[in-house]
Amino acid sequence: MIHSLFLINHSGDIFLEKHWKSVISRSVCDYFFEVKEKAVDPENVPPVLQTPHHYLISIYRGKLFFLSVVQTEVPPLFVIEFLHRVADTFQDYFGECSEGVIKDNLVTVYELLEEMLDNGFPLATESNVLKEMIRPPNILRSVVNTLTGGSNVGDTLPTGQLSNVPWRRAGVKYTNNEAYFDVVEEIDAILDKSGTTVFAEIQGVVEACVRLTGMPDLTLSFMNPRLLDDMSFHPCVRFKRWESERVLSFIPPDGNFTLMTYHVSSQNLVAIPVYVKQNINFFETGSCGRLDITIGPKQNMGKTVEGLMVTIHMPKVVLSANLTATQGNYTYDLTTKVLVWDIGKLNPQKLPNLRGSLSMQAGAPKPEENPSLNIDLKIQQLAISGLKVSRLDMYGEKYKPFKGVKYLTKAGKFQRLSLSFL
Amino acid sequence: MDVGFSSLRSEAVGAVRTAMVSAENLQLTLKAELSQEEQALTHIRSNPKEAHKAGNEDLKEMLESSKESLKLEAMKRIVGLIAKGKNASELFPAVVKNVASKNIELKKLVYVYLVRYAEEQQDLALLSISTFQRALKDPNQFIRASALRVLSSIRVPIIVPIMMLAIKEAAADLSPYVRKTSAHAIQKLFSLDADQKEQLIEVIEKLLKDKSTLVAGSVVMAFEEVCPDRIDLIHKNYRKLCNLLVDVEEWGQVVIISMLTRYARTQFTSPWKEGAMFDENNEKAFYESDSEEKKGHTEEKPYIMDPDHRLLLRNTKPLLQSRNTAVVMSVAQLYWHLAPKHEVSIVTKSLVRLLRSHREVQYIVLQNIATMSIQRKGMFEPFMKSFYVRSTDATHIKTLKLEILTNLANEANISTILREFQTYVKSQDKAFAAATIQAIGRCATNISEVTDTCLNGLVLLLSNRDETVVAESVVVIKKLLQTQPTQHSEIIKHMAKLFDNITVPMARASILWLIGEYCERVPKIAPDVLRKMAKSFTAEEDIVKLQTVNLAAKLYLTNSKQTKLLTQYILNLGKYDQNYDIRDRTRFIRQLIVPSEKSGALNKYARRILLAPKPAPVLESSFKDRDRFQLGTLSHSLNSKATGYQELSDWPAVAPDQSVRNVEIIEAVKEWTPTVGKTKQPKSDDKFYSDDEDEKEEEGSDSSGSEDSSSSSSEESGSDSEEESSESEKTSSDSGKSSSGSEQSSSESELEQKKKKKTKKVPQKKSKPTAADSESDENGNGPVAQESSSSAESSSGSETDSEDDSDSDSPAPQKKTETKTKPKVAVKSKKEVSLLDLDDFSPAPTNTPQSSIFSPSLLSDLEGLSLSGVSSTMQVTTSSFGPVKTYELLHHMTGKGLAAKYHFPRQPCLYQPSMVAVQVILSNSSDHSLEEIHIGDRSPASLSIHCFNTIERLEPEASVTVSMGIDFSDSTQAANFQLCTKEDQFSVSIQPAVGELLMPSSMTEQDFCKEQGKLQGMNETSATITMETANASSQAISKQVLSVANVGVVSSSQNNFSRFAGRTVSSGALVLVSLELKESSTALLTINTEKTVMASMLLRDIKQALTQA
Repeated sequence: MIHSLFLINHSGDIFLEKHWKSVISRSVCDYFFEVKEKAVDPENVPPVLQTPHHYLISIYRGKLFFLSVVQTEVPPLFVIEFLHRVADTFQDYFGECSEGVIKDNLVTVYELLEEMLDNGFPLATESNVLKEMIRPPNILRSVVNTLTGGSNVGDTLPTGQLSNVPWRRAGVKYTNNEAYFDVVEEIDAILDKSGTTVFAEIQGVVEACVRLTGMPDLTLSFMNPRLLDDMSFHPCVRFKRWESERVLSFIPPDGNFTLMTYHVSSQNLVAIPVYVKQNINFFETGSCGRLDITIGPKQNMGKTVEGLMVTIHMPKVVLSANLTATQGNYTYDLTTKVLVWDIGKLNPQKLPNLRGSLSMQAGAPKPEENPSLNIDLKIQQLAISGLKVSRLDMYGEKYKPFKGVKYLTKAGKFQRLSLSFL
Repeated sequence: MDVGFSSLRSEAVGAVRTAMVSAENLQLTLKAELSQEEQALTHIRSNPKEAHKAGNEDLKEMLESSKESLKLEAMKRIVGLIAKGKNASELFPAVVKNVASKNIELKKLVYVYLVRYAEEQQDLALLSISTFQRALKDPNQFIRASALRVLSSIRVPIIVPIMMLAIKEAAADLSPYVRKTSAHAIQKLFSLDADQKEQLIEVIEKLLKDKSTLVAGSVVMAFEEVCPDRIDLIHKNYRKLCNLLVDVEEWGQVVIISMLTRYARTQFTSPWKEGAMFDENNEKAFYESDSEEKKGHTEEKPYIMDPDHRLLLRNTKPLLQSRNTAVVMSVAQLYWHLAPKHEVSIVTKSLVRLLRSHREVQYIVLQNIATMSIQRKGMFEPFMKSFYVRSTDATHIKTLKLEILTNLANEANISTILREFQTYVKSQDKAFAAATIQAIGRCATNISEVTDTCLNGLVLLLSNRDETVVAESVVVIKKLLQTQPTQHSEIIKHMAKLFDNITVPMARASILWLIGEYCERVPKIAPDVLRKMAKSFTAEEDIVKLQTVNLAAKLYLTNSKQTKLLTQYILNLGKYDQNYDIRDRTRFIRQLIVPSEKSGALNKYARRILLAPKPAPVLESSFKDRDRFQLGTLSHSLNSKATGYQELSDWPAVAPDQSVRNVEIIEAVKEWTPTVGKTKQPKSDDKFYSDDEDEKEEEGSDSSGSEDSSSSSSEESGSDSEEESSESEKTSSDSGKSSSGSEQSSSESELEQKKKKKTKKVPQKKSKPTAADSESDENGNGPVAQESSSSAESSSGSETDSEDDSDSDSPAPQKKTETKTKPKVAVKSKKEVSLLDLDDFSPAPTNTPQSSIFSPSLLSDLEGLSLSGVSSTMQVTTSSFGPVKTYELLHHMTGKGLAAKYHFPRQPCLYQPSMVAVQVILSNSSDHSLEEIHIGDRSPASLSIHCFNTIERLEPEASVTVSMGIDFSDSTQAANFQLCTKEDQFSVSIQPAVGELLMPSSMTEQDFCKEQGKLQGMNETSATITMETANASSQAISKQVLSVANVGVVSSSQNNFSRFAGRTVSSGALVLVSLELKESSTALLTINTEKTVMASMLLRDIKQALTQA
């Protein structure tokens, strides 16, 4: 399966290599570099490449390329999914997944990679299991370790791998038992220039942070589970129970994890929380343009819209922007031609407005296409689909846990087109 | 919450750094020479060679010091060097000394080093081998596992025999984790030395029978790598793998699913062909009694899916909800390649969901959707909007989405798609815009309704400011016009006008070609264009020049009056062109069109050659031919065959024998109580083997066959399993021998003790897996005497060792598999095939999901919860086989010709575990056919019955066997219901004997005693009975007891004790029967159970059976 792994930074240096079978020279990456050069944008590098003797499967995460080398037929998604799992594990261990952090924790990283794959086949990928074998760095232990020369490898051998609940480590103990759930929903929408919805859907995720002693068996039920159209579950969720009763029944892993992701069927009308009035004009003469944007609340269920932000990728010819915002402030990045207007909280009494002029390169033809607006927003304590958790029950343990549910709505890929159609 | 946590994290990271810095400083002040070294390391880039040397010297010193912390520090740096790809091989001798260190982290790092460099330093690496060999015998399973991991990762050919030995031993280890590691080691050894293949296959075969979910994925991986063509190894494990699938870890799931996809394509017939005959012979043998009826039958039912095929589809379906995208994709491809056409669409939603995932995942999924959407538009059409391109998508994602949208286009949605395309054309990404224009062209050719609209749109694009857009439009228009060469001279004229402004060579060439091809439609413009070209000929690109020459030639033929001079001029220019292609072309054209003495015959045909009607180019998807590869594979992604790609075979025309997958269930009883096998043999001899005909006819289950035939499949499986389990004993005995032999060779006296323990355990382990199917073992036909002795030995082993064996890890998964494999046996009997089909789509109404047999994960989880509970060592095993009594349900006189008999097959009920399986034999003794036989009202109303499917028609003298499930709720109250035909209704009732409300349960003697201890007092019922001495043998007793009660025999170490264990079907309450023989042919019969009513009834029945016999 996976033969070798190379970690490559943004500028094309290989800063870590790991081989699970015999060593493959790092010159194999040259093929990759060649493609990378051509692709210009690292996002555009195709994830699967063929070289005369090897196949290269790569992912791009956090400005790093995780490049794996395989020699034989293997489902490419298998490798891709695994590489993302590696990146997730680094994130989990070190708080971020960047070159600096990996270099700082090289030995831990190496030990992790050693445990995660055996002969190229995934061995232990559950964070709970890994953490028992290799402890994540933390302040106290590092201090103690550096002073005493102690280790961060578990002294006791893991038991998790062999329990019936492979995702949960055994013998968990907390003084405060708590279980928190975040229901986070993202609206993906494309609005056309007249403001009508071309496409809208809601993607949701239930993130959990469970710190409970022992082996609790939780049941989470929703007020309106019929809303959910398609979902995927953490392996701990009993699928049959969901099918028959529409409740999430599971023995949770310890700590933070994603319990489920779901999709709310697009048949249901998706409430669009804000409306945008916009007017961007480029004049044929005088190499300048005018911009006028107003945002107002639409269907926000009585909650305040926060973290409102508008991002516009301007055409190349726009040199600078001279605008005034009635609320928040704006920046225009001259090199990337991105205009960002950070509004903050939306005040329904006084609608935020951004207007002013754009100056363009002299002599250049006017852009044929008006730029589209990307909108970011957040609404606390609201799941826009109307999904509600009704209760959380715990079985198998005696104590009373502290429970909490939070809702949040975010804009996912929220685009407001301002195209003029043919 | 998250924010708070991450800020805490970053604080923590900061603090770590400062701590490290201060610690570093501390070291600096303490040891001056160390700091130098450190600097050398950090500045390794500036002065590599010198620093490298110095650093390594220093590391060597550190490694040789006596301080653990120094060694650790040194190893950490060395691992750092390895990670950076620097050479640290010269430190090998210093490092290898630390291989036996007590410090776990140090040891791990040494292992990392060893695995990396052992290949280069083979001789030195041998020094470490003995350490691993010792660790392989460590009592801690993790140490054993990691020793095996490293040992097998050291690629040193000399140690191949040692590795082989270690793998064999580990494959029989008690810990599933170690067995998993051994499965991995198989692949490593195979890649090191392919000559070991045969031996490795044996190990794979053994591991395939493993029932642990931990092992399943890894061993299938090894199978795929070592012997993917040995499909025969899978047969016996097929059902087990299907049932375990949900609980296997995600990565294993992917591998197993892809292997099963290949397997299914070789073993089942195609579900795609309408009216395909389904394995006629088998059907006849299994389900039909007389051939007349059969003919009518097969005509009605053209295709029946093999229940195993259905099993696979059903068990993979929940995995579509996996969070692992690779699992979802592999299920999707399984459905694509195996499911009936109308079922494939259930994967759509899940695939579309994956599009929310990472960019790389999207890429692969979109590729697969592109291939799928060519063949099956309908699958993805409802999700069309999910493929709309976003400005933030990467280019390759955009192109794939475009591809899919084009594939999905049809008359109904084309307007929407075209509107979407129009926005794409304006994209800033010009390569993408060009691809869009291509896509519009494809839509236009595929859907004739919109050809004109598209063409007009494209013509409008000709005035676009962007050159690439215009060029692409021209090229596409050219192709479109070619497919529709009718009234489009306007467009050609328009393009001719635009010609001056277009600079992209390809576009210019295309226009020239168009004008040339249709020069007769634009007679005025064409010569003018040629005139212009003549002027600029020398400045044009090669491709344009060639088309100019072509245009000139065509015009010369059609309109030589106006263009003769121009043509000659152009041909002259071409003659002296720098490019030889153009010179060649010119020469050729001149000879062809200008008549001269030399040109000869060809000249006459010039017109036909140049102005021949040309076939229109076909605009088709680049994914058109990708379906030759299995979806989801690397080969599919690359569109070329990758190394090691396994072709997916076509469906066989006739399905191979499906009985090869039958796994005989009696084994489970034997496995735990090997003595039973012995005691049974004589009995089975007179009962089952008495006449061979029986076995063949039994499927027919003639109504007149009464007792004999009614035992049907249970008998069959019984007899089969007898053979097979005895074979498994053989294998177990010889593997036992081989392992002991191998240990002799290792000849370490200190291991003597260990060895004894091992040899005792080994046979037991071996007999656990389902019987060996290929008896290729050399010792397979060994003498019988040896066989029995070995089984005796193993039984004694099991008694003494049973405590050890019931480690908390192994029983639970086993229990699961057993409960799950059981229903599959029932599948063999008659009508279930169609029932199963239905069930898949509308799952049988289950009252209590907890008890649903199809919720293995739940089951396992619940078991996990009660791990500390009592029952961990007990298994509900499968039925024991006694004689089967048939009872009359409906006499043919009262039933107006319809007669019904029933018996209890003593198999777990397929529909619900709380139900008792009942087989009903319906026969028609009237002279007319009976129609619509079904079950009507029932009483009490709460009674839950799983009815058989309505029998449409029963011919005179024909009979049919159907299965029902009845939940008696552990009471002997009769189940009353109505048996209806089209005309009549007959009230019938099934009165279960108390012994039929039980399921056999297997447990060790200790457990039995333990459980019995708990069920004292009012839960105990006993009686003293008198028996004839002739019947006092343990065989006779178990025969009698089994005849009245469906219980399992518990192996006993005392001769005068016979013990039986069972559970009630509905509530699962334990029922323990023990019989103590006393002197003078009396015996004490004791029954312990919390169901006291049942106990007394059971006591009565058993007493009666034993005294009468």
